[in-house]
Amino acid sequence: MLARNKTNKAEIKKHEEKTNKKSQTTLSQMPVGSTCTIADLHLEGLLRRRVMDLGIIPGTAVQCIRKGPSGDPIAYTVRGTTIALRKEDAAKINVFM
Amino acid sequence: MEDSGARSKILKEHFGISTKENQKVIALAGNPNVGKSTVFNALTGLRQHTGNWPGKTVDNAQGTFTYKKNSFLLVDLPGTYSLLAHTVEEEIARNFICFGQPDVTVVVLDATSLERNLNLALQIMEITSQVVVCVNLIDEAERKNIIIDFSGLEKELGVPVVAAAARKGIGLEKLKEEVYQIALGLKKVQPRKIRYSPEIENALADLVPKIHSLGCEQLLNPRWVALRFLDSDEELINSIVKYLDLQGWPSVRDEVGIAL
Amino acid sequence: MNNTIRNTALLDLKREVQKKRLAEGNNYADQIVADIFANVENIVKKNVFQKENQTNWSQIADNILTSRVTGYPIMLLTLACILWLTISGANVPSAVLSDIFFRFQDILTGIFIHLGAPDWLHGVLILGAYRSLAWVVSVMLPPMAIFFPLFTLLEDLGYLPRVSFNLDSLFKKAKACGKQSLTMCMGFGCNAAGVTSCRIIDSPRERLIAILTNNFVPCNGRFPALIAIGMIFGAGTLPLHLQSAAIAGIITGMILLGIAVTFVVSWVLSHTLLKGEASSLVLELPPYRKPKIGSILYRSFIDRTVFVLRRAVVVAAPAGAIIWLVGNVYVGEMSLLAHIANFLDPLAFVIGLDGFILLAFILGLPANEIVFPILIMGYLSSSYMIELENLADLQTLLVSNGWTWLTALCTMLFSLLHWPCATTLLTTLKETGSKKWSLFAFLIPTVIAFLICFAVAQSARLLGLA
Repeated sequence: MLARNKTNKAEIKKHEEKTNKKSQTTLSQMPVGSTCTIADLHLEGLLRRRVMDLGIIPGTAVQCIRKGPSGDPIAYTVRGTTIALRKEDAAKINVFM
Repeated sequence: MEDSGARSKILKEHFGISTKENQKVIALAGNPNVGKSTVFNALTGLRQHTGNWPGKTVDNAQGTFTYKKNSFLLVDLPGTYSLLAHTVEEEIARNFICFGQPDVTVVVLDATSLERNLNLALQIMEITSQVVVCVNLIDEAERKNIIIDFSGLEKELGVPVVAAAARKGIGLEKLKEEVYQIALGLKKVQPRKIRYSPEIENALADLVPKIHSLGCEQLLNPRWVALRFLDSDEELINSIVKYLDLQGWPSVRDEVGIAL
Repeated sequence: MNNTIRNTALLDLKREVQKKRLAEGNNYADQIVADIFANVENIVKKNVFQKENQTNWSQIADNILTSRVTGYPIMLLTLACILWLTISGANVPSAVLSDIFFRFQDILTGIFIHLGAPDWLHGVLILGAYRSLAWVVSVMLPPMAIFFPLFTLLEDLGYLPRVSFNLDSLFKKAKACGKQSLTMCMGFGCNAAGVTSCRIIDSPRERLIAILTNNFVPCNGRFPALIAIGMIFGAGTLPLHLQSAAIAGIITGMILLGIAVTFVVSWVLSHTLLKGEASSLVLELPPYRKPKIGSILYRSFIDRTVFVLRRAVVVAAPAGAIIWLVGNVYVGEMSLLAHIANFLDPLAFVIGLDGFILLAFILGLPANEIVFPILIMGYLSSSYMIELENLADLQTLLVSNGWTWLTALCTMLFSLLHWPCATTLLTTLKETGSKKWSLFAFLIPTVIAFLICFAVAQSARLLGLA
């Protein structure tokens, strides 16, 4: 498990170097249908803990699956479940595409 | 159990739960939306009543069932994703498992999203080893073509794992049997310990002996307390004071002294 | 080891951990969560296998139920359907229940006469307490027994989180939580139940906003009066085939107004009394599930219907006794009721009502269901609460007491916006644990109801419309 965790981090780093951070974006900017990997979370307090408790942590694969009727909130598939976040909260989560 | 008198006092005064003599207390934990209440209803039928947790506006349901001539009191804990964050629901669930000392904690998991659900199960298994895992909604998982190796899962977790579809009544007898076995100490369990990354394990190696030296290991798992220290969980220390400060349990009063 | 030593040891330990945490960049908490999930991933990888995926029905349903085009219409249609089923479905059982109750009343009266009990005792207990109890139960029970199971059905289906998902952006503008929409839906059944359901909102600030504004959704107890007045003064004047469309329009308008007020009040609270942390939403959209009818009926009945009914009964019976006394104690030529109504008349006139209407709302504090019966009783000077059999009688009665379209409109507005019933207030006190906020739960709607009715009545009169 530790090895796996390291690999994850290493992979992300490699990915980061290779793409020179160009493909790094935020969760809120992902087009519907696209998949990404969580890089880091710039959320604070209770919201940060809630999001992490749902398994949204660095290295997690996330797919954007739909937006609300007005474009907000946005629903994502995370670890086999569907979680909706508000746009401005999702904007504080960096991802690698 | 020698401290059953003290426990029933804690249950009554802090959780509003009255137990009959020799009645086993079973906590029912799980994420929201996993059919926890279906399991609860299926086990207790109409022998249940609902109310609030004392002093909190959080629903509390209790019910009883009898299995092999033993009476069980089932306490439905609030549905939570974790025991780490600090919502009222999580605090209640955590405190009950921690201080209410249920004979067994049943963790209900959603078979279709085990990757998210097992998080809670592992956290609970860190607090108590008296755990039965109930993987619910196996019918839905089947429909979604998810295949689960239950015996592998059981081996991995080190506690009984029951496959269930509570809506259809599947797995409930087995669940009762496992609860019965664990509650009466007929089956020994060896729950999997979470392995942390080196930085945490190093910090733990440093911290655990120091917590051991405070002498509260018969009450709380020192490794778990150490983790909460690292978590900077101030709430927990307050909780220790609140729940264990009972007269007639001098050794506990000493523990409480630490926290004060 | 004695306590002092332990204390020191604990404090040392705490300091040590703190130091370590700061040295390591304070990310232990994050790392612990990440490590637990790494363990989980490891377990899942070995024991859970996903064969080729089948059609994901939940996704397909969501494509329709949360779509930009169909999301809102389906939601409104669902709400309309539930309200229609509740209101029209409750008529027959309500009539049967009230028939049974009033037949039993005759038996009770017989017993009282047989025992030679004094008239006033019979009045207070039977014509007052029992009658209003019977009233509340027969008016409340059937709609609740229909509404709550339907609502629980939507809950079990998994539709409710989608409603929050669809509506969250609106609530975000008022710095409130999308889940407030669910507490409002619950409020259609009963505001007390709506207030209790605010527990689903995590943030205390947003929960309080939802509690304080729940009353702006008209509950089952207020619908019958809204419909009756709407029929008589709005739809009733139209040709028959247009009537049901017109009454639906009037009621929808009232509901939309209540929702608009909810948003405005939520926004104002967020920017004044309840300023605070930015709001956020973390909402799980679970898969749709086939509901289990048995458990729906059981849960909605035990947890909601009986709960609400019990509280209503507790306040309705004593209220009935008091109302009977007020209607039957005479001072000079007039009953106390008429005296108070006369006293209230000037104030009531300013806001487009009359003294009897305002008094009915005041005496109806225990339960909104009894407002209209009290009003009729006042107009007819009859000694106990009654309801007229048909709308034509009711129309004659109201018009002969000086009702115009303005009176009707102001009464409907006042009914929609005024103070919560006693049950709801008690529930608010229980849920917030605060007398201050319970007082606000009373004051906010009261002030708004007076202001809006005042504005409407005065402008209509100034413009010479009434």
